[in-house]
Amino acid sequence: MGPDGSRPEPPDNPPSSEDTQRNAGARGRPGAGHILPVNRADIPFLAALGVVASVYIVLIAGIVLAKVFYVQLPLVGEVFTNPGYRYAVVLSLVSCSITTILSVWIAVPTAYLMTRVEFPGKRIVDAMLDIPIVLPPLVIGLGLLMLFQTPPGAFVQQYVTFTYAIPGVILAQFMVACAFAVRTMMAAFAEINPRQEQVAVTLGCTRAQAFWMVVLPEARRGMIPAATIAWARAMGEFGPVLVFAGTTRMRTEVMPTTIFLELQVGNLGMAAAVAAVMLALSLIVLILMRLAGHGRMF
Amino acid sequence: MIHFDNITIRLDGFALENINLHIPTGAYAVLMGRTGCGKTTILEAACGLRPIESGRIHLMGRDVTDMPPGRRNVGLVPQDGALFTTMTVEQQLGFALRVRHRPKGEIAARARELAEWLGIGHLLHRRPHGLSGGERQRVAIGRALAAHPDILCLDEPLSALDEETHGGMLDLLRHVHEDTGVTVLHITHNRREARALAQSLIIMRGGRFLEGETARGQLAREEDDA
Repeated sequence: MGPDGSRPEPPDNPPSSEDTQRNAGARGRPGAGHILPVNRADIPFLAALGVVASVYIVLIAGIVLAKVFYVQLPLVGEVFTNPGYRYAVVLSLVSCSITTILSVWIAVPTAYLMTRVEFPGKRIVDAMLDIPIVLPPLVIGLGLLMLFQTPPGAFVQQYVTFTYAIPGVILAQFMVACAFAVRTMMAAFAEINPRQEQVAVTLGCTRAQAFWMVVLPEARRGMIPAATIAWARAMGEFGPVLVFAGTTRMRTEVMPTTIFLELQVGNLGMAAAVAAVMLALSLIVLILMRLAGHGRMF
Repeated sequence: MIHFDNITIRLDGFALENINLHIPTGAYAVLMGRTGCGKTTILEAACGLRPIESGRIHLMGRDVTDMPPGRRNVGLVPQDGALFTTMTVEQQLGFALRVRHRPKGEIAARARELAEWLGIGHLLHRRPHGLSGGERQRVAIGRALAAHPDILCLDEPLSALDEETHGGMLDLLRHVHEDTGVTVLHITHNRREARALAQSLIIMRGGRFLEGETARGQLAREEDDA
């Protein structure tokens, strides 16, 4: 109890701004948001909503289960023993990790500027940040290919080869993954009370110190989902990689490429095995990220 | 001393023009006005958080118009406290000294001193989440006072508190002012708060400032109407 007679707020008090932030930060988690009690009369309505929602949930469960039943374990083993497949697994893991780090690294300053600074042309920049999200992936790959045909692109290629090479795989993944990371970080910064930063500068901080000491530690909560979504997008990226980096075995082959190549030769079993490995790796990363973010799985 | 000399502030679709204000050193000034009339904008201008179009701002005799907020020696307590969510109470109270690169021992001693004085000594290792409204505001006041500011700016600091806590906080603010001698600019729309605390009362009405006896008369009339 405080000396002013104040007690910790009872739970039925209106949530404080930080509670609101926390709820908003926990968006998408079961139980997050504002749960209302259910009356008996509501049940038909809620059941109808449940039926609609369950169509999608059943489909998700269906594709996961179908994969599990279809997979032949010896073929999964081959993904790790065969040097060709193993190369794709390793390249996928390495390129996705680099892409994730790059994406978060770019997303943090970009999202901060977009949420905290007013500048000319901001609406245009905001719209541009959606281009990689709305553009068909193949078109992004084609755009990259054309960009590196231009004189500036050709100049860069004198030092680092991007087209049909591993840096191209990473760049193709990054182009899409980063846009999602930026949007996620923007939501995270928007949830941080700007007054904190203002108090910090009155206490003697420069804007940069306020960013490092006050904003960034709080934005870490948003970096985990940003990294997760960047990693997931990078892992599944196929179109831009196909067009920009090619599908050369033991060179620019990532796991989605393997699935595509195996399907082309009618080897559905092997494609399913690689898909199962992708699914398992994605689930492991998702679990690790959630553990890192909340200290618990669900 | 807070002195606004012919200040004009322009915001999107909103302007405060030719503001002249004078608050003497060591006074407890309360600035009242309706929601949206620009009270917070004035406080932000004093702190250096809101650019002004013309005029000069003097704090304690220094022209601070072009100074960054950190060099004006003001402490700010926002409405919701705006506590740093990732820091413990001790870290918040020591923040201003940490920014000034003071020795660790001095920072810890100041944080303890402030906490004991404000009655939050038992909360030093807690983070803001789970603190009561009154406790949060005590932390915010301590954080603002840590580096001995000349001026303490309070932006509706009691508006989110329940009635019981409110009374205790009025006493606390009076003590803070008596013990430190800091010049206070307190913004509120609560007449009771204004009556309890104001040594110098300023009321904003339709872009004009009522001061002294005129302001007190206005406050009394509004209370009769209410």
